[in-house]
Amino acid sequence: MKAFTYERATSPEAAARAAGAQVNTRYIAGGTNLLDLMKIEVETPVHLVDINRLGLDRVEEGKDGGLKIGALVRNSDLAADPRVRERYPLLSRALLAGASGQLRNKATTGGNLLQRTRCYYFYDTSKPCNKRAPGSGCAAMEGFNRIHAIVGTSTQCIAAHPSDMAVAMRALDAVVHTVSPEGDTRHIPIAELHVLPGNTPQIETVLRPGELITAVTLPPPPKGVQVYRKVRDRASYAFALVSVAAIVDVAGGKIGDVRLAFGGIAPKPWRDEAIEQAIRGVSADDASLRAASAGLFADARGHGHNDFKIALARRTLGAVLAEAVS
Amino acid sequence: MSSSDERIFPARRDFLRSSAMVAAATGIAGSAVAYGAANAPDRHAPGTRTTQVRLTVNGQSHTLDVDTRVTLLDALREHIGLTGSKKGCDHGQCGACTVIVEGRRINACLTLAVMHDGESIVTVEGLAGNAALSPMQAAFVRHDGFQCGYCTPGQLCSATAMLEEVRAGMPSVVSADLAATPTLSAGEIRERMSGNICRCSAYPNIVAAIKDAAGVDA
Amino acid sequence: MMKMDKPVGATPLDDNPKGLVGKPLDRIDGPLKVTGKAKYAYEYEQVGDASYGFAVGATIAKGRIVSIDTASAERAPGVIRVLTYRNAAPQDTKSREAVPQLSGDGVKYYGQPVALVLAHTYEQARAASYLIVVRYAEEKGAFRLDEAKDDARTPPDLPYAKTDTDSGDFAAAFAAAPVKHDETYTTPFQEHAAMEPHATSATWQGDKLIVETSNQMPTPGRKSIAATLKIPPESVRVKSAFVGGGFGSKLDVQADAILAALGAKAIGKPVKIALTRQQLFHAVGHRTNTIQRVRIGAAKDGTIQAIAHESWSGNQPGNDEFEPAVLATRSLYAGANRMNHHRLAALDLPPAISMRAPGEAVGLLALEEAMDELAVKLGMDPIALRERNEPKEDPELHVPYSSRKLLECMREGAKRFGWDKRDATPGKVQDGRWLVGIGMSAASRGNMLMKSSAKVRLGADGRVTARLAMTDIGTGSYTVFTQVVADMFGLPMDKITVLLGDSDFPDSAGSGGSFGAASGGSGLYDACMNLRGKLCQVAGTTADKARFADGALFVDGKSRPLGELAGEGGIEADGGIEPGSTKKDYAQHSYGAFFAEVGVDRDTGEIRLRRMLGVFAAGRILNAKTARSQALGGMIFGVGSALTEELVLDDRYGYFVNHDLAEYHVPVNADIQNMDAFFLPELDDKANPLKIKGLGEVGISGAGAAIANAVYNATGVRIRDYPLTLDKVLAGLPT
Repeated sequence: MKAFTYERATSPEAAARAAGAQVNTRYIAGGTNLLDLMKIEVETPVHLVDINRLGLDRVEEGKDGGLKIGALVRNSDLAADPRVRERYPLLSRALLAGASGQLRNKATTGGNLLQRTRCYYFYDTSKPCNKRAPGSGCAAMEGFNRIHAIVGTSTQCIAAHPSDMAVAMRALDAVVHTVSPEGDTRHIPIAELHVLPGNTPQIETVLRPGELITAVTLPPPPKGVQVYRKVRDRASYAFALVSVAAIVDVAGGKIGDVRLAFGGIAPKPWRDEAIEQAIRGVSADDASLRAASAGLFADARGHGHNDFKIALARRTLGAVLAEAVS
Repeated sequence: MSSSDERIFPARRDFLRSSAMVAAATGIAGSAVAYGAANAPDRHAPGTRTTQVRLTVNGQSHTLDVDTRVTLLDALREHIGLTGSKKGCDHGQCGACTVIVEGRRINACLTLAVMHDGESIVTVEGLAGNAALSPMQAAFVRHDGFQCGYCTPGQLCSATAMLEEVRAGMPSVVSADLAATPTLSAGEIRERMSGNICRCSAYPNIVAAIKDAAGVDA
Repeated sequence: MMKMDKPVGATPLDDNPKGLVGKPLDRIDGPLKVTGKAKYAYEYEQVGDASYGFAVGATIAKGRIVSIDTASAERAPGVIRVLTYRNAAPQDTKSREAVPQLSGDGVKYYGQPVALVLAHTYEQARAASYLIVVRYAEEKGAFRLDEAKDDARTPPDLPYAKTDTDSGDFAAAFAAAPVKHDETYTTPFQEHAAMEPHATSATWQGDKLIVETSNQMPTPGRKSIAATLKIPPESVRVKSAFVGGGFGSKLDVQADAILAALGAKAIGKPVKIALTRQQLFHAVGHRTNTIQRVRIGAAKDGTIQAIAHESWSGNQPGNDEFEPAVLATRSLYAGANRMNHHRLAALDLPPAISMRAPGEAVGLLALEEAMDELAVKLGMDPIALRERNEPKEDPELHVPYSSRKLLECMREGAKRFGWDKRDATPGKVQDGRWLVGIGMSAASRGNMLMKSSAKVRLGADGRVTARLAMTDIGTGSYTVFTQVVADMFGLPMDKITVLLGDSDFPDSAGSGGSFGAASGGSGLYDACMNLRGKLCQVAGTTADKARFADGALFVDGKSRPLGELAGEGGIEADGGIEPGSTKKDYAQHSYGAFFAEVGVDRDTGEIRLRRMLGVFAAGRILNAKTARSQALGGMIFGVGSALTEELVLDDRYGYFVNHDLAEYHVPVNADIQNMDAFFLPELDDKANPLKIKGLGEVGISGAGAAIANAVYNATGVRIRDYPLTLDKVLAGLPT
């Protein structure tokens, strides 16, 4: 861990100003991912702005019947919030499926959105990685890529986004609120927060230098049954190989409105309009839904060790839809 | 460091540590131990950024002048001398470092000491308060909830705080009904304790110990 | 010094209704461990007391260091010294015991330490380590066992495992057998992953080196360090009072100890070093992967006529240590025609070392899955097949078993588990989304006895103190030895002090190979017998007339307190054990049987263990509580090896990709649902005077095969490539 200076910010605006004042400054909130990476010098900030005591740690009712979640609400608190459990069980389940009790007590809403990939080669500074060291190459492409993405990848990077929470938020059409060093605020739909790797895998979000996430708002819960399913190697304390966040509404024996987001398979929380379109109108029975799911992800591409994720994503989707209508 | 420093330094440290122990043993409320005096010049070498931080650990106040890079875990182990909290992976992947900060269990390895200025921390050394063993510690002994003992402090802090989480109504991913108040069961304990790896694999006994300490039959 | 040349007769530990041996007593070190007071190697000094070392590992697998630029690191804040092969003290590179570090420009494996940064604080040392620039001349290495297999050599016998054994005419008998099974099984690289990282604190007092280190075997450890540093063994003291797990990775002295010693010498100050979790995956060795071909030819009634088990494993060029995977096959089942061979490939990977039950742990994954497959072919119940092939004597050595309750374990386990409810046809049982299956396997682990000694002392206060250079790595040594000593003198537990983990104590075998309790405990038993003899002498009687009870020696109804017999100065005795002819006259193994029930998600292929049972017979049980813990621990290790644990090789770099605990998946609490273990009563008077057998490893030996067999029963999918991750199940599941 390289030496750094440290300051504790007193307001979101002051934090953003401080972050904007010096290059290579990072915010630290939960720190569970940032310190993990700083210890092995994947992250090497020269200055840390501690935003833990900014007071952004409340969940509030939105005017529209939704919720406003402060960026510093801890994962465990968000999962346990009665309103989330009642109205957005999908989000609660996703959060609780992530990490461990200890990590969820520390990890924050804003930090979770920005957590970085678990790609083994990204984590190892002695290996090529276009995300960590642009232009150095991608060791995962021809290497061991069991945990890597099958959609949304590029020739530069096949890393997967590891979050569970963000996948649920993607299905819920969350909006991310930010403040810039100049004091400007903006609202970013979660669909637009993360960007695909393309030729610049080091750029992971649309956030500008120093821009601070202050809150996430959830629109009122959409109609339908909410299901989050995480498929992983261990029964707990493991990242998703595939996860599915589904909100499924049935009308007249057929699938009506449906929102499907996926984790573990893409560089960002993944949603594909074509997939949702294909499921809409399908007869709401086990066999039909499994059959419909089996034909999806036609454009997915494995890289060897992760080929199985294509079948796994289809099968998990089928199972989740079947569960939702059961 | 000069040779004279080498002779003096450990002695000074010993004095500081023993005074802390005396203070703790006599139960002087609010007694504070300053560790800044123990900071030899070498730890203020150019390029090393230090910050003063005050931590209340197991009821004892400690003021440290530490490198900003020092994790809460290393502050406890290497600066305060409370080595009960363990470093198993240093990356939040094993849970051996679990301590209770402001009432909540966290991985002490993945947080900086400076981030906890003014906060209260309970480590395995403080779980029993004035008793010899806390009910959870006693249950771990009774049920053989450990073998090598290295993950044990983390398991104990985790289990102690976990029960509070259940009492506070926090659900887990295996809670069948998220909206309902969770009830402790073996399955709930296993899931909630999965952030604490035990390679000796005392899991069945850990679950039995926690059930015993919590007074649960299921 | 007692030698095991014949079965032990009656001992003071027999027929002792008031005895403590066998009772489910709490660990005596429990209170220390649950309060954080048990000190591990890295915890003897804090900032200011010692300097901190941080190792730098090679980032190539094979080649040579061309240059090391340490200038920036040396100038970095707080850095005292940087050691590399250019300035590290010369060490012995020839003797077998030596483990030299930073001793040349050659790189033999990925992660090999190439530099050591010494600084005032950990943070300073770690940061400076990233400033060191090493340039290498990389050579092409061999890393893949499957590719090196055909060029594998026939290594020399190991002290505990012959390379090849043959009897009868396997080829002809197999060809003629009415029912044949011939399949190849593979097991992956595995990591010990003890919770305490390898750590050492080294202090030089003049010419004497004291290391607090996390090591399973202080006696050989001392010799190893002394040999490496070219100093007399008496100049080295190895202390390992508490060891945070080892599982084989701390049998040998590892890099941390030598680096700390070199560093402390170089800067004239104590140095402590802990390898990082990521470094450990390369720096301290692993269990090799294996390729195992198993052929069994049987009659239609299941009688085995021919059996062959061939195993290929890898190790560094010139290292003869092979994974003795076929050991159990040589003794477990009857059959006249046998061929059991090991081959060893040279791989440029970190050293392949012993890991919990070397041999059986992975060998039985193959054999016991093969037996299940044979049972399917024969249409036989798997237990019946094993009963059919229960040998009357060791089928290769043609000597009797010292004790063997394999069938009893299987029958008891079947009863407790509800084996009779199993539907032998795969895929028949479903519980919601879970396909449910059950499977079983046999457990077998060779029993060993090693030379070991001890000293006991009775004080005037009536307390007995025992000393031996043994360790308690979580195995319960402190507790079970206390029980043994207590019973030998008729004293309560609190009158006994057992001191372990110090090479200045009498030489001991240490903890390893499930021989720790037997070897250390038997040496201790002998010392206790000798002390009893001395006390009888003082009392003017002989051992046959004396009885030790309630803190006194009773002769003819009269008693004398032990403290009084000890006199002012106390009285002490040495003792020891060494293996004798019973080692050859009897085949010695611990036995057991595993039963597992799994659920396989019919959509995702996720395998979750629902319940598991182990029933074992391992001689006398010294402590029912700690023994059960050991057995459960072994079984859970087995669950990991069956379902999740795989250290993945990237053969472009010759390194293990998933070198941390986030991606090397050891079981977590939620992976282990209902699990229990039982022991059948047994005494083995051929094994050692305590009549115990090893039990630290029998719990893993075969455990994973029961799970693989259960997965087959659940799904009809037969996976022979461990671990059974969901991707391997997926293809075989119904759509």
